Amino acid sequence: MNATVARLTARSLLGRRRAYLLMALPGVLIVLCVLVRLLAGEDNDITVGILGGFALSTLVPLLGLIAGTGSIGPEIDDGSIVYLLSKPLSRHSIAGTKAAVAASVVTVFAAVPVLVAGLVLAGTSNGLAAGYFLGALVAGLAYATLFLLLAVVTRHAVVIGLIYALIWESLVGSYVPGAQALSIQQWSLALSAKVVGAKAQALGVTSAVSLGAAVPLLVVLAVGSTWYAGHRLRSLRLTSDE
Amino acid sequence: MAVLLLDKVSRWFGNVVAVNDVTMSIGPGVTGLLGPNGAGKSTLIHMMGGFLPPSAGSVTLDGEVVWRNEQIYRRIGLVPEREAMYDVVTGWEFVLANARLHRLDDPEAAARRALETVEMTDAQGRDISTYSKGMKQRVKMATALVHDPPVLLLDEPFNGMDPRQRLHLMTLLQRMAEQGRTVLFSSHILEEVEQIAGSIEVMVSGRHAASGGFREIRQLMTERPHQYTIRSDDDRRLASAIIAEPSTSGVQLMAAHGTEGFAARGAPSTGSRDGSSALHVQAVDFSAFVRVLPELASRHGIRLYEVTPADESLESVFAYLVAR
Repeated sequence: MNATVARLTARSLLGRRRAYLLMALPGVLIVLCVLVRLLAGEDNDITVGILGGFALSTLVPLLGLIAGTGSIGPEIDDGSIVYLLSKPLSRHSIAGTKAAVAASVVTVFAAVPVLVAGLVLAGTSNGLAAGYFLGALVAGLAYATLFLLLAVVTRHAVVIGLIYALIWESLVGSYVPGAQALSIQQWSLALSAKVVGAKAQALGVTSAVSLGAAVPLLVVLAVGSTWYAGHRLRSLRLTSDE
Repeated sequence: MAVLLLDKVSRWFGNVVAVNDVTMSIGPGVTGLLGPNGAGKSTLIHMMGGFLPPSAGSVTLDGEVVWRNEQIYRRIGLVPEREAMYDVVTGWEFVLANARLHRLDDPEAAARRALETVEMTDAQGRDISTYSKGMKQRVKMATALVHDPPVLLLDEPFNGMDPRQRLHLMTLLQRMAEQGRTVLFSSHILEEVEQIAGSIEVMVSGRHAASGGFREIRQLMTERPHQYTIRSDDDRRLASAIIAEPSTSGVQLMAAHGTEGFAARGAPSTGSRDGSSALHVQAVDFSAFVRVLPELASRHGIRLYEVTPADESLESVFAYLVAR
């Protein structure tokens, strides 16, 4: 970890109008939840529908995408990464620091709003708020690190990330059961289900992946992506525009 | 004493060879890397700065391989060509961040010193996004100098600078060299290079075309065979007079296409009376040739219609150096 890298990354990630963009989606989620709660009262089905169907499946991957790619992609595109790379710094510490910043941003702008939304919708009943918060937390971490790696590897990280999050996880995953085994969303849902406990099945908080598989997969993904991003940074080629 | 050594370095991108078997040694003082656009200067600087691995050969700094060696940046300061910086911060914050990234003992003092060196202390409190091109260049320079490196690499540093900024940077580079640093910068303008570079390395189409002091390079460029296209009222007679001169090495009569028989005698627009349209002359000593040509013409009573130097572009000058 390097404090200067963290500061520079956070400033370019949150600087200018980007912070508003990051706040827009969680804002929509919370406003929606307040309205639902006022109009429909406390309803487990609606809670699971919103938190599982919107928060975990759309909000978290999108913010993971913005934070993960945004923490390094623009620097690689405009070449300013050269100021970090022309320093006697371990490339792994650069990647690790950026991953940590991206994960913190997702936690603040996705996981915490999910917790707030859960509390607004269901209070503390059935552990739904806590369950989805934990799910959003680990999912956010996994997305942020994976998309950071993607931004180091390819210039089309945003497009590929969107295809993965929206088409693979949501569309393909809902028709092809096998695809769900390779889905960050399903892995984190396994944690949510564990927190909700015995009633998870009845409430509809279910995952296609067992907890025993989900946890190692998440750890390997997050650690592996960050390590490999650092490895790729060691041989990142900078070419000029000509 | 820091010496960058390129040993039989080549770099290709797919089928395109950007740098072809270049061997050079760059030591203390100012070295200018001269060549037209696309000659491989940037590729070379990227390899020297450790941002591109050579496809063949090796780049070393005092015997240490540069590629994939983070520690080398303690001794290299890099001024990239591209302008992008972390421009949501001020000049001071950015230079200070660079000092911190180098883990210097006293980053504040180092940043202050670097900004003083490039004379940017007045504007250091402003956001980088508000800077002019010349100011950005100076801040880039400050980030490269902040850790006091023995080697400075600058990619096209004079691009887009006004004359005053140019002069300022030239003075600065010279001062750096006087302190014993190895300073290398790239440029496609000979005048820029010869004003400050003690030695010049010329690159043309990926190849190392020439190397030496600016006088030698200048001489190579002016003493190369010059070509002229000449039109007169009697090309054949002029040709025989020209070839008798020691300052020329070749004369070719160009036939007038499709105008024979129809050409009005002596009419300048359709060629000379012997039916040719022009002369191509190869001069080995161009200053002597341009002096002797008018005398020659008047002595033989030949009227010159046109004297045009052929291919005087920088590219052709460089190309000559390669073909040599």
